[in-house]
Amino acid sequence: MTSRAIGLTERRLIALAPAWNAAGPLLGLIFVAVLFGLLVGPQFFRPGNLELMARQTAIVCTAALGMTMIIVAGGIDLSVGSVVALTTVVIAVLLRAEYSPSVAALGGVAAGAICGLINGLLVTRLRVVPFIVTLGTMIVVRGAAKGLAEERRLEAPATWLNDLLRTLGRGEGFLVPAGIWLVVLLAMVVGVTLGYTRFGRHLFAIGSNERTARLCGVAVDRVKVAAYTIVAALAGVAGVLQFSRLSVGDPTVADGLELDVIAAVIIGGGSLSGGRGTVPGTILGATTMAVIAIGCSQKGLPNWLQEVVTGCIIVLAVALDRLRQR
Amino acid sequence: MTPGDGGAHAASARPRFEMRGIRKAFGATVAVDGVDLSVAGGEVCALVGQNGAGKSTLMAVLSGALRPDAGSMTLDGAPYRPQSPLDARRVGVAMIYQELSLAPHLSVAENIVLGAEPSRFGVVDWQRARQTATNALAELGHTDIPVDAAVETLSVAEQQLVEVARALAIGSRVLVLDEPTSALTRDDARRLFDLIRRLRKQGHAIVYISHFIEEVKDIADRIVVLRDGRVAGSGAAADLSAQQIVGMMVGRNVDDLFPRSARQPGEPILEVDAFGPGSASLTLHRGEVFGIAGLVGAGRTTLLRALFGLEDVQSGRVRLGVYEGPGTPASRWRQGMGMLSEDRGGEGLALGLGVGDNLTLSRLEGLGPGVMVLPARQDHAVRKWIERLAIRTSGPRQPVVELSGGNQQKVALARLLHHDVDVFVLDEPTRGIDVASKAQIYALINEVVGVHSDSGKRKAVLMVGSYLPELLALCDRIAVMRRGVLGPARPVSEWDEHQLMVSATMADPPASGADA
Repeated sequence: MTSRAIGLTERRLIALAPAWNAAGPLLGLIFVAVLFGLLVGPQFFRPGNLELMARQTAIVCTAALGMTMIIVAGGIDLSVGSVVALTTVVIAVLLRAEYSPSVAALGGVAAGAICGLINGLLVTRLRVVPFIVTLGTMIVVRGAAKGLAEERRLEAPATWLNDLLRTLGRGEGFLVPAGIWLVVLLAMVVGVTLGYTRFGRHLFAIGSNERTARLCGVAVDRVKVAAYTIVAALAGVAGVLQFSRLSVGDPTVADGLELDVIAAVIIGGGSLSGGRGTVPGTILGATTMAVIAIGCSQKGLPNWLQEVVTGCIIVLAVALDRLRQR
Repeated sequence: MTPGDGGAHAASARPRFEMRGIRKAFGATVAVDGVDLSVAGGEVCALVGQNGAGKSTLMAVLSGALRPDAGSMTLDGAPYRPQSPLDARRVGVAMIYQELSLAPHLSVAENIVLGAEPSRFGVVDWQRARQTATNALAELGHTDIPVDAAVETLSVAEQQLVEVARALAIGSRVLVLDEPTSALTRDDARRLFDLIRRLRKQGHAIVYISHFIEEVKDIADRIVVLRDGRVAGSGAAADLSAQQIVGMMVGRNVDDLFPRSARQPGEPILEVDAFGPGSASLTLHRGEVFGIAGLVGAGRTTLLRALFGLEDVQSGRVRLGVYEGPGTPASRWRQGMGMLSEDRGGEGLALGLGVGDNLTLSRLEGLGPGVMVLPARQDHAVRKWIERLAIRTSGPRQPVVELSGGNQQKVALARLLHHDVDVFVLDEPTRGIDVASKAQIYALINEVVGVHSDSGKRKAVLMVGSYLPELLALCDRIAVMRRGVLGPARPVSEWDEHQLMVSATMADPPASGADA
């Protein structure tokens, strides 16, 4: 009848929400950084170590930029890990066929984009929920990558692609490798797109209430297809970075990457129910996970403990996400 | 039969259930305000009233779905305080809703025993379950329904029978039927009436909710009329004329909330001919408010949505300005038509987004260079509307979920103003909002069609409304929709509430053949 009755506590939480949205992920990052700073010592914040973190997180970050868009629009893409693997294989295949490195890289990104286009068409045409569609394509794309690579790692000739994430020196100065700059550039583009374009506003509208978007004349299906294509193209870029690290085409690489990527978005304030998420938040989320990973390994903590900590952080972040919901 | 006699039960039989002084409010809206109602075993009591008169709320209290704010209930003389619908069912009060509440994939037998499965050692005894189902259906005289069939394979009428059988299977003493014939064919409705008479003979107390007067006079022993949450009158069905019932439903309390400036219909801007859904033919002119009256579920919303491209067009012609043929919401906005949804929270607004994003969503163009949307420019554009419509908000970025219903509705309406549409399609523009906001929305509607409209060209308004005084005061012409068919439009001077109610509820009663 009238507006829904809202309890006092909930009202307070709603009032806090905007500030919390911005501050939460930052506080989380500061917390883990201080924690590991104390555990590891001041050398944890050496420029070289920071660069290591940036390089470590570049791949997750790139894929998470696209994931932020799709989660803002109320969707999800589980196939990004497989797309990364496919991209590395496609690049290796093209390099072996003696195409230039830039053609190979673009080919890899294009392969990713095509996967995304298919995801988008399946989601909008078949009206199957994105979780299921992309769960299917995750497996299909992984299989395709293995088929293309004939179930082995594809060696490829060394090119400048392999230097994208190579460290620039022994930690003196603060100039980072080209791959990092690429991520920074993409983050700015995606951030502006989400916050300051019609396409971005449409993504938020669809994620917040798809029926409202339709009522207001938003071309819901077209926007969704575009978003799925972009997220997979960005996964393709992540694949280029992955290839740069590996210098081979590996169809088994990035297994489970999609979960790290989704976790980064969620820790950064994205909501799986749509309508919420920011690029700075996502980058903070990805960085938080990188700090935990590197901190644990430098403290000499065993791998299993690192996994336990990361898992706890994710659940904590999602629990906070629930609290932030009305 | 005089209004206000509280519907007190006059028959000699002891009441099966009794409700005393029931009151229920939702926020500031008092849906039911001190209603007494009692029904005896073997009696069919009809509950009638306009949309929003409080019928459904009162029955939700009886069936345990809502807890009353005040008042008491007894069942066969014992205090009755159901904590939930399940609780109510257990003691024998069952409600058959408009929307059926069966599990479509389960079988007839599974549905009938649902929640009360006979079991042995924790394992469901399907043998006995099927027997229970068979017995219940036999009691209704419908052995033709197979107990093993999946419910989704049955017709609506058969599904309704399964619902009734489910109520009987757990020993219901009180049955509430909410608009049971709205989805039925004439024959099915007649069979349902036969069934109700049989249940009456078996001593059940039956409450029958309906909009359709003829139908109610046919089936009920006694009629209780609700209006604005109170009992407006009651009496034996045989003693009340249809005219008297309508008179009680309508009442006489027209508020003078309605400004009305001089209007002069201009050129036609929307022409609809033999349009389906709705079998609608109408012409809407600039400077005119065209109202569509009718009951909830008569198909008014579907007609508006089809015109706006949100539902499929089945037949007929439509011309909007210079544009011929059906459109999509996107093309309708471009052609100068905007729609306000009746479902404010579910469709009209993205509640999690800010006032500004909601208000400008249909037209983000012009809020920045190229494809850009600059927040500063968006805020500037939005502030103008916040000011003009006196929307109470902390600013353009405040999520609309935090606004009151009336202010939310103003945001939804401001979207059409921001877009500067020529044709306002408004579905229940004042549903569930406070009186002050209502008055503002009335003034706004009057303003956009007025001769002195400041934005140059006069607009046109096509609106669906359920509150009759509102329609009569705002509209220039009104047509009534009834059971999916739009009637002819007549100037507002030729209508009054009584006639509107008669057109909406009478003629072609579905079960008139049953009195033979």
